[in-house]
Amino acid sequence: MKSSSTYDVIVLGAGPAGLAAGYAASKAGASTLIIEREERAGGILKQCIHDGFGIIRFQQKLTGPEYAERYIRLVEEQAVTVLTSTFVIKVNKKEDGFELQLVNEKSGVFSLKAKALVLANGCRERTSKQVFIHGARPAGVYSAGTAQYFVNIMGYLPCKRCVILGSGDIGLIMARRLTLEGTEVVGVYEAKSTPSGLARNISQCLEDYNIPLHLSHTVTRIIGTDRVEAVEISKVDEAMRPIAGTQQLVECDGLILSVGLIPENEIAEDLGIKLDASTKGPLVDQNFMTSMEGVFSCGNALHVNDLVDYVSESGELAGEFAAAYGRRHSERRLVDIGYSNKDFLYVVPQYIDAASDNKNVVLYFRSRDVRYDAKVAIKCGNDKLHEKKHSVMRPPEMEKLELDLNKLDINGANKLEILMLEG
Amino acid sequence: MKTMTCIICPRGCSLTVEKEGAEYKVTGQMCKRGKEFAVNELTNPTRSVTTTVRTVFTEFPRLPVKTDGEVPLGKIFDVMKELDCILVKDTVKSGDVIVENISNTGINIVATISMSLMMGVS
Ligand SMILES: Cc1cc2nc3c(=O)[nH]c(=O)nc-3n(C[C@H](O)[C@H](O)[C@H](O)COP(=O)(O)OP(=O)(O)OC[C@H]3O[C@@H](n4cnc5c(N)ncnc54)[C@H](O)[C@@H]3O)c2cc1C
Ligand code: SF4
Repeated sequence: MKSSSTYDVIVLGAGPAGLAAGYAASKAGASTLIIEREERAGGILKQCIHDGFGIIRFQQKLTGPEYAERYIRLVEEQAVTVLTSTFVIKVNKKEDGFELQLVNEKSGVFSLKAKALVLANGCRERTSKQVFIHGARPAGVYSAGTAQYFVNIMGYLPCKRCVILGSGDIGLIMARRLTLEGTEVVGVYEAKSTPSGLARNISQCLEDYNIPLHLSHTVTRIIGTDRVEAVEISKVDEAMRPIAGTQQLVECDGLILSVGLIPENEIAEDLGIKLDASTKGPLVDQNFMTSMEGVFSCGNALHVNDLVDYVSESGELAGEFAAAYGRRHSERRLVDIGYSNKDFLYVVPQYIDAASDNKNVVLYFRSRDVRYDAKVAIKCGNDKLHEKKHSVMRPPEMEKLELDLNKLDINGANKLEILMLEG
Repeated sequence: MKTMTCIICPRGCSLTVEKEGAEYKVTGQMCKRGKEFAVNELTNPTRSVTTTVRTVFTEFPRLPVKTDGEVPLGKIFDVMKELDCILVKDTVKSGDVIVENISNTGINIVATISMSLMMGVS
């Protein structure tokens, strides 16, 4: 690789999103390179050894590593290079594309050019700093992902008796995983009145092993100086404020935090790309292009998906559109997709590019609350473009709908609206 | 009457099962696999198991593995115990059998990643 090499598409991140994007971009004829900071491709799936991946994409129940291997093989077949152990120092926007400054052991500091960029950096976990708990931070407090890394990659059991705070899927999966490896999981405590994780994980990770789930409870204090010795648990009210007098002490040597994921978007922020306050990912149009021309976003960097199948789907689409970017000449004309915060947690994409040839829009959204028998409709002025009844919608389960804009003339429109209506 | 969550797919339908004579009446499933799941849950609940086993390789100390079918729920800890004693010495491929007929269940333990992807120069 020469320092002056120019690619049609450079993908940042070799998790399932980046691998799918690289595969699709190359398949569409673009010269493509994938850059990964870790030693191996596969992203977080390397440590997600449980199964349940790929039911939609491959109609098979695969484990995380098996799913990753499928995409690594596809990328190999397509002969796309994955440059591992390589860090991005800076991305500069140039007249004719982007210049990336990179560093790795083999080449030192070097630069590469790309006509289009795909950001597939994945997500990171919220940390204990973002959760308010009194007391010191003794050893034994781990995020669920860190615990997962210790157990599944290193083969090291981080605690003997633990409390899990938060009912996110990774926490539930870790409750089972630690139990199987011999840790006593005292219980999962969730401040909200409904679980954050999928119903199937409550069932197969907690109920199968008689691990109690305490809703409307949180950890209010950590006890222990060098090592966690106990945690104080309190009940919380509807506003999630601890209720005085409800404290109880639970002895444990580990506290595992499973309090959610946030998209990783340092590079996007450096570039001045606009982020959505709800998803914490970039604002995109139906082609996964961000507010900056030529920069695309996909996977969990765009919004936190609950199924990796959708991550790959967005990766493949973003890769395809990034490959087509160089051939496009028309200006974008962005039409807002409006929604009410009372009904939806978020909607992706946030815009439709009315000037794009791509009229098949895939929309992902999450309901704010659990809703039964509600209709979801899309309107453009007085025209109804879509209406579908959902027997149940839950915030942990992302919904997807496909919209065919061929049937419709949105050229004059300034706004589309997505609405939730009573059944 | 018993209620449960179907774990076959991410939909996670809530099922209600009632025994009517020798038959089971299942409601709440969005597809036919839900009924089969509910009846199995009441008669012989089974699960797949995913875990890791030790390897001799320092740069890849744990090999992720799974059961190639489902084992009885009550046998999961037997499976885990047997796997504690396993040490993998070869560079295996995804799908290679690591233990045959684990805990006499008729089910094998197979690797879920090809070690070549995780070791050596890439
Ligand atoms: C701890 C944890 C456990 C999870 N468990 C599950 C689960 O069980 N099931 C599930 O469906 N989802 C799970 N998720 C969500 C999971 O992130 C997605 O399903 C999926 O892996 C997302 O794919 P991705 O490619 O967007 O991100 P990732 O898999 O996170 O991949 C992103 C990749 O980009 C690389 N990268 C980031 N920044 C840079 C940079 N600047 N330069 C170069 N490379 C970079 C990272 O090293 C990583 O390899 C989990 C997430 C976490 C954090
Ligand atoms: S009943 Fe069918 S759709 Fe519902 S969770 Fe089970 S397998 Fe999925």
